[in-house]
Amino acid sequence: MADGVLATYRRLVAAQVRSQTQYRASFAVEVVSSAVFAFIDIGTVLVMFRVARALGGFTFREAFLMAALAGCAFSLADLAVGNIERIRFYVRTGLFDAVLVRPLGALPQLLAADVALRRLGRVAFTTGLVAVAVRVAGIHPTPARIALLLVTPVSGAVLFGALFVATSTAAFWWIDSGEFAAALTYGGRDFTSYPMTVYQGLFRRAFAYGLGFAFVGYYPALALLGRPDPLGLPAAAGWAGPVVAGLAATAAALLWRYAVRHYRSTGS
Amino acid sequence: MRPVAATVARTFSDRWATYAALAAAEFRRYTTYRQAVIAAIFTNSVFGFVRCFVLLAVAGGVTGGMAAGYSRARLVTYVWIGQGLLGTVNIWGGPELADRIRTGDVVADLLRPVDPVWQYLAADLGRGAFAVLSRLLVPVVVGAIAFDLYTPARVATYPLFALSLLLAVVVSFACRHLVNASAYWLLDARGPQMGWVAASSALSGMAFPLAFLPAPVVAGLYLATPLPYLIQVPSDVLVERYPLSTTAMMVAGQAVWAAVMLGVARLVQRRAERRVVIQGG
Repeated sequence: MADGVLATYRRLVAAQVRSQTQYRASFAVEVVSSAVFAFIDIGTVLVMFRVARALGGFTFREAFLMAALAGCAFSLADLAVGNIERIRFYVRTGLFDAVLVRPLGALPQLLAADVALRRLGRVAFTTGLVAVAVRVAGIHPTPARIALLLVTPVSGAVLFGALFVATSTAAFWWIDSGEFAAALTYGGRDFTSYPMTVYQGLFRRAFAYGLGFAFVGYYPALALLGRPDPLGLPAAAGWAGPVVAGLAATAAALLWRYAVRHYRSTGS
Repeated sequence: MRPVAATVARTFSDRWATYAALAAAEFRRYTTYRQAVIAAIFTNSVFGFVRCFVLLAVAGGVTGGMAAGYSRARLVTYVWIGQGLLGTVNIWGGPELADRIRTGDVVADLLRPVDPVWQYLAADLGRGAFAVLSRLLVPVVVGAIAFDLYTPARVATYPLFALSLLLAVVVSFACRHLVNASAYWLLDARGPQMGWVAASSALSGMAFPLAFLPAPVVAGLYLATPLPYLIQVPSDVLVERYPLSTTAMMVAGQAVWAAVMLGVARLVQRRAERRVVIQGG
């Protein structure tokens, strides 16, 4: 049974790969523009450092590492789960009925059927960026640091993915939720591109710790750089990413189940 | 195909009444998308907080606390007015027209006895009027609650800002019309659309004041592209970044770009109509 299910997902994804690469020139243009958008994101950070010598007490080399780690995590989540945004369309039109009657999980089905391969451009660009940032920051590789470098983008991606799924469920209650999810997903991408010391007050507490964004790029980068946290958390915070991501994924899964049970179709 | 209007004698006032009705209808249409407007304002506000703190940190990282000539209060105001302008000037407006061209629905627009470009412009101004009352006003109020905003000192700033806002909407409309009109030739306008979104996101002044970039780049953008006239110029007018004479020159530049881009949009539209093949059966 499990084999059969996996084979079905493999076929769904393979069908998408074939269809999206059918027009090769168009596909190439889309992959490149996906990378261009990632370039604009990091370019914005560079522009800030053209004007200021330091941001929130961090030099360019340090902030660049945070932005690169966060950017890589976001791009992985965007590739794997980003298309869940389309749930709005499924719920509004009632097409979600068709998803529910098939003998497969609703969430993996949607993810497999709508996967957007052009986002590989962003993944490739941001992965290269991490490599550059590690070199620029002059981090001496030790087994622990290499392990942290490998774990960080994955756990960050799980956190972003959880937010993609959790915010997408708004569509079940709020038919015309429009750009609401973007506030926390794309907003989170911009938020994590800078040191947490930049933000202040309730906003920092809510986004950095409430939603866990501080553990995507900021704390892992501090651990890699061997710098203490000006905000007062112990050095172990750099390794807290997987725990935070696990909690977020659990919360998102529960919310998703609750939301799907709430689905009432369009009644047409 | 020529609009039937050319053969029908219509009075000047009749035509204006048509455009006014189109604008009013679009205004009403947007008042019904209340949920989407609330969601968009929430998102604009979250981005407003992020950008605001980042730019304040930039000012904090510069000796003297001025970032490229902007004081802290001006930077804060710049961010929140920019978040409001985003939805009002609507640089990320959807590919509605390109979709209509692809499906062939555009034929209904072309059959109307009014000029297509003026028709779309009237509708976009109606949309913009509603956006001023919702998407522009609310983020600025949110910003005013959370931060100390800059209050304009010159009386002339208010009418100049109103004019600059109107011109920004027109420039944005004309640019987006051109991007969408590429579908008359390409059928699929996604490529031009992506190029437009990338350029306007990065270089319109939305992400950061353009003065953060090297001076020759900024000069090139002002002279050779319509991009700074979308967000940067109206924002600079409101935060009084430059003396009145310079500000007036910038708004005049906006007027020139609005006229040029509208002219190009009409030209392209006319060429398109001469070669258009209506899709669908």
